Amino acid sequence: MDAHDKHRSEGEILLRGVEMTRRWGGLVAVDKVSIELRRGSVHAVIGTNGAGKSTLINMLSGEFPPSSGSVELLGSDVTAWPQARRARAGLGRSYQRNTIYPGFTVFENCRLAAQATAQRPWRFWERADRCEVNTAAARQAASRAGLDGVLDRQAGLLSHGQKRQLEVAMCLATGPQVLLLDEPLAGMGAEETERMLQLLGVLRAGHAILLVEHDMDAVFRIADTITVMVNGCKIASGDPECIRNSPEVRTAYLGEGH
Amino acid sequence: MDSLRQGDDMNPDDKSKLTFVGGLFVLLAVFPMFSGQYGIDLVGKIMVFAIVALSLELLVGGTGLVCFGQAAFLGIGAYAAVKLSPEADPASLLWLLPTAVLAAALYALFVGALSLRTKGVYFIMVTLAFAQMAYFVVHDTPLGGGTDGIYLAMKPVLGDVLDLDRPTAMYGFTLGCLVAVFAFLAVLQRSRFGRALAGIRVNEQRMKATGFSTYPYKLAAFTISGAIAGLAGFLFAVKDGFVNPEIMSWHLSGALLVMIILGGLGHLRGALIGAFAYVLLQEFFKSEAIWGPFARHWHLGLGLTIIAAVALLPRGLVGLPGELRSRLSGALSGRTTPTEA
Repeated sequence: MDAHDKHRSEGEILLRGVEMTRRWGGLVAVDKVSIELRRGSVHAVIGTNGAGKSTLINMLSGEFPPSSGSVELLGSDVTAWPQARRARAGLGRSYQRNTIYPGFTVFENCRLAAQATAQRPWRFWERADRCEVNTAAARQAASRAGLDGVLDRQAGLLSHGQKRQLEVAMCLATGPQVLLLDEPLAGMGAEETERMLQLLGVLRAGHAILLVEHDMDAVFRIADTITVMVNGCKIASGDPECIRNSPEVRTAYLGEGH
Repeated sequence: MDSLRQGDDMNPDDKSKLTFVGGLFVLLAVFPMFSGQYGIDLVGKIMVFAIVALSLELLVGGTGLVCFGQAAFLGIGAYAAVKLSPEADPASLLWLLPTAVLAAALYALFVGALSLRTKGVYFIMVTLAFAQMAYFVVHDTPLGGGTDGIYLAMKPVLGDVLDLDRPTAMYGFTLGCLVAVFAFLAVLQRSRFGRALAGIRVNEQRMKATGFSTYPYKLAAFTISGAIAGLAGFLFAVKDGFVNPEIMSWHLSGALLVMIILGGLGHLRGALIGAFAYVLLQEFFKSEAIWGPFARHWHLGLGLTIIAAVALLPRGLVGLPGELRSRLSGALSGRTTPTEA
């Protein structure tokens, strides 16, 4: 009961995965993992390669359904919803590999993402870049992600760090309440990492954020809750201090030397 | 704010494209005044091919869907025009044209609904299979009038205004359709619908993750494309006054793909240029005046030319000016560098 009261003060649960399992033939990629994302907090998932982190994100975002278990978004059961419908309901995700549209400008990348919230495909006589709703959202998202200066640049010509920022900007452009970020810091330099962490710190206020990341320093700095996965199973979950001191985590993941 | 207002004044690139296409349409409009019957017939045929090529460009270059069965929709439009025309009186354009277009669109809706569940090579094969199905419905059956095809007894009219039996009226009407289709697709490309299709072409998975249900978008594109191909089929049937199963053959579907690749994928102009280049090359290699008895082997010359064109111009004929410019400036700078140094 105490734990429950404590959680309530932390913000409402926006996304909940309940006992999610994913099997690929005989292989169990994720085994009965439950996870809760609350508004105003960053929930990091760490684990070695192949621990099932990306599979977890894919089940939450709806890329494929769980073999068993369920997903709840903003209080409704969305297990059977296709990915696009979940996205429109307020679930944004970024990918581990860059999935920007390299031939479009930075602005058009964000604008196209923002268009998802006001698609109106039948109004074919209207120019897409004249829709103020979309362009304003796109501009704001790019600005939050720190891409103000490069709006007209072709996305494929950005630096690696800027591409990662764009990936997040496109995610923000749809105005999601839940953000699933798959390794947003991958391949970033120290300065870029710092900027991205600051951005995540700002975004935390209005969003529930799931962060899959390999950069342990960053994870322990920014996360409110950390879940540790090994071979598809959740072996520990708690605040950073408790994870740092957990003996199971030390042996299983951080290595025996610690 | 700059990029928001970008659309208000046209950038030079858009302007030169508009000049090219506008100029081409003006040339086509005045062409009959300077040409004989053969020329009018040939250019009329090219314009109809250009309309189908544009419809295919919407799928291949616009959405990233390689359809290998476009001839089926063309054929359905053509057969609908011939089969539905009454024997004794000319049909009115007002109902015959929309009906032919609708018939093709409905078949496209059906084919699209099933084939769009597959991807890549499978999609190519499934669209081909559906086109072959349509082909064998008209090939050597009473419905299609056998291999010889069927004749259109009376060409449709629009009251007293337009009689498509007159070659110049037919030419003008075809040109009008071509301009309308081009304008429609150009507007579509810039709309939210068109931008979503472009996003699907580049990365469909990301579009889904962003919140776009991509299947209805692709199905809409497929149906619109089929409808436009049906319009071209109608024009073919009315222009020639008959239709035979060859209009639905996979050779034609393949030739249409070659046209848009030759012209340059991803550009509406490419479909126009490709249709002209393909048909004119075909006429050239078929000409007995030039090649003598060797003209029988026109496939060889046409094939080799297309291979050469695609190898030398990977972006198609649309990329030719850019290619020349960079070669030229490269050659110039190569010559001037030593003197400057």
